[in-house]
Amino acid sequence: MKPAAFEYVRPGSLNEALQALSRHAGNAKILAGGQSLVPMMNLRMVHPAVIIDINRVPGLDGIRTDGNALVVGALARHSTLRESPIVATHCPLMSEAYRYVAHKPIRNRGTLGGNISHADPASEMPAVLVATDATIVVKSARGERTIAAANFFIGLMQTALQTGEMVTEIRIPIAPANQGWAFEEAANRKGDFAMAAIGATLTLTGGVCSQAAVAVAGMSDRATRLSALEALLERKPLDDDLILRAAVLAKNSVNPDSSYHADVDFKRDLAEALTERALKNARARCK
Amino acid sequence: MSTVKVNVRVNGTSYAREIEPRMLLCDFLREELELKGTHIGCEHGVCGVCTVLVDGESTRACLLFAVQADGAEVRTVESLAKDGKLSPLQQAFWESHGLQCGFCTPAMLMVATELLEHDPDPSLEDIREAVSSNLCRCTGYFNIVDAVRTAVAMIKEGKQ
Repeated sequence: MKPAAFEYVRPGSLNEALQALSRHAGNAKILAGGQSLVPMMNLRMVHPAVIIDINRVPGLDGIRTDGNALVVGALARHSTLRESPIVATHCPLMSEAYRYVAHKPIRNRGTLGGNISHADPASEMPAVLVATDATIVVKSARGERTIAAANFFIGLMQTALQTGEMVTEIRIPIAPANQGWAFEEAANRKGDFAMAAIGATLTLTGGVCSQAAVAVAGMSDRATRLSALEALLERKPLDDDLILRAAVLAKNSVNPDSSYHADVDFKRDLAEALTERALKNARARCK
Repeated sequence: MSTVKVNVRVNGTSYAREIEPRMLLCDFLREELELKGTHIGCEHGVCGVCTVLVDGESTRACLLFAVQADGAEVRTVESLAKDGKLSPLQQAFWESHGLQCGFCTPAMLMVATELLEHDPDPSLEDIREAVSSNLCRCTGYFNIVDAVRTAVAMIKEGKQ
């Protein structure tokens, strides 16, 4: 249970980090918070030849607004984001989802950039970013590109990151002040990865749903939007009956994998129950 | 194998060592510094028994390479008792039977230390949240939570 030997590189700037990543091509891993990577190294599921420790790269851990986006640096820690008033104001869905994320020692080290690069399908933050139409900014020695969250998560612990690229920023559209939100999760113990989780945002215009976004985590190989459910809600009066129909649609449209703690039928039931809860809570927060 | 230099303050004492980069902080504390109070359990961040404070923040010492602590201030369970006198938390764990086998105790003490440094009067829910990060297979947590509450009361009394 000890990691294999590696060469340790500690860049002092983003440029140095990108150069090191380019130089070592497919043999290097970026070390941010290390709360997913180091367990995998200890278990020898991965054994990178080179570790590029970006913890001392300045300017990567900011939380700020830029125009109509909340911008989170890749190295921002979960503990900081969980307590951040800027996040609570501009992406309340993220603040609420953080109630379910891990335990304090893990949150003290773990980063948003590392979390999404690891892309665990039962993790909360990918669902938040998919629900909010966030954009992932990635850089390499060749330049920069942006990837929509929905295209960033491509499979089980797989992302659209290419060799030599690293996440530098996450840009989340600022939530409109009248938008309601809710994040609901079922886990075996508090802080565990989700058996199932639903993140939702809703906007009501005169009692009619004018916008709905519903994302699910813990079901399949990645966080996904439930677009059929969103279509069912939009342009209709958001009464209890519609929410119950949406919950049944969630149950029938998810395609869960069975896991040790939750079989397929149970996960479908969770999708239904959590969708109902999330939509009702989000509706109550609409202004 | 190439080595790296690390300078770290542990429990107020500075140490300089040359180590392999892959050496985990928990192994560094136990093997290089012979501070065996920090225990090692699952070695992948789940059980929490290796939890120490790095620059005041609870951290899994099995998920941090020692080289990453270069320049940092680390506190382990050995920092708590002063001149042979138990800290209020340690005394409270003793009095409230907050341990049975004792394997999880050093880390329970460190997460409780962090909690009380941030909030000297935590709610029951805050205490439960803090200690839930660590696995205990003996006490069922009730006595651990009681011990933290006892420590809060002891610290308050001591200040009056």
